[in-house]
Amino acid sequence: MSGAGDREAVFPTRQSLGIMKAKLKGAETGHSLLKRKSEALTKRFREITRRIDEAKRKMGRVMQIAAFSLAEVTYAVGGDIGYQVQESAKSARFRLRTKQENVSGVFLPAFESYLTEGNNDFGLTGLGKGGQQVQRCRETYARAVETLVELASLQTAFVILDEVIKVVNRRVNAIEHVIIPRTENTIKYINSELDELDREEFYRLKKVAGKKQRDTAAADAEMKAKKAAAVSGKLNQERVEPAADPAPADILATGEDDDVIF
Amino acid sequence: MAASQGDYKDRQFLAVIGDEDSVTGLLLAGIGHVTSPPDSQKNFLVVDSKTETSAIEAAFESFTTQRKDIGIVLINQHVGLPPLLYFTASILPRNTWLQIADKIRYRIDTYTAAFPTILEIPSKEHPYDPEKDSVLRRVRRLFGE
Repeated sequence: MSGAGDREAVFPTRQSLGIMKAKLKGAETGHSLLKRKSEALTKRFREITRRIDEAKRKMGRVMQIAAFSLAEVTYAVGGDIGYQVQESAKSARFRLRTKQENVSGVFLPAFESYLTEGNNDFGLTGLGKGGQQVQRCRETYARAVETLVELASLQTAFVILDEVIKVVNRRVNAIEHVIIPRTENTIKYINSELDELDREEFYRLKKVAGKKQRDTAAADAEMKAKKAAAVSGKLNQERVEPAADPAPADILATGEDDDVIF
Repeated sequence: MAASQGDYKDRQFLAVIGDEDSVTGLLLAGIGHVTSPPDSQKNFLVVDSKTETSAIEAAFESFTTQRKDIGIVLINQHVGLPPLLYFTASILPRNTWLQIADKIRYRIDTYTAAFPTILEIPSKEHPYDPEKDSVLRRVRRLFGE
């Protein structure tokens, strides 16, 4: 029956039935749209995860090469340049630019690296010796950082997409498993209530009709009886009336008169 | 969505938390930036065996939540140990090694914001370990491995 299952608190009227039907239709459309969105995002997501996996491995290699070139620098300069480098860092030469990419309504940011012009903090590093190694090391590290930046944008996209996909899937599931069944339940409930009302109404009408018929029959019968009574009364009267003064007829009707003796 | 326009528009720097060699290399590439004098904040932190975990955490906090101009935080998975300690460390089980990312591992694993992005990088002495990377672990999990 309608009482089973979750349903919305509505009055079972034809108007709310119409509203519920519209709602069900909307939910179904929304469900299919969201499902498609989720599929598109998941496709993109899988592609990104695969690329992340590759990029991380590449990063491992690149960083190793970079570390090796730094070791070369240390060897060539003949001392630690770390302190000097840390102290002379002032303004970033290597900067990021962010841009957006739209994947089915989700904005995925992407980093892009660029070098600012005319800004060289480490002009004096390796001036004495090992300048060439320092230069090469800088280039190697710059390439490594580019790889890192690429990886970072992939990772950002990964994090955002992960979140968005979760949200979308949650919506899809909510519509599929909560909203649609509930609306269907409500429609079923309203329909059954309306049917019940119809049956009641029909029964009532039938009852009324029956009663009316009975009443009419009774009235008819009464009328008939009355009529019959009236007719029979009239007949009776007619039958009684002649009997009321039979004299004139009797004058002749009687047999012989007694003799009249003078 | 998760990232609004203003959330990442001004993010133009990278930040590093790492051992001396990694930081030096990355600074040579030109990512080092010090903000203007009143509160000159560096965008890098050199960690060695004597650095307190709280200091690393504070730097992480400042790079990720306080500063709005950092787009990517690079963090070493491991810290290279001084040679003497290195021998001791190598006979200890792996998980007792001094590791930066591992020191604040819980912070990194619970960090889910899109900006700034956290990137774990390998250091000189330690090759990259994909098993430890929080993102790569998620990738693995999604592929059902």
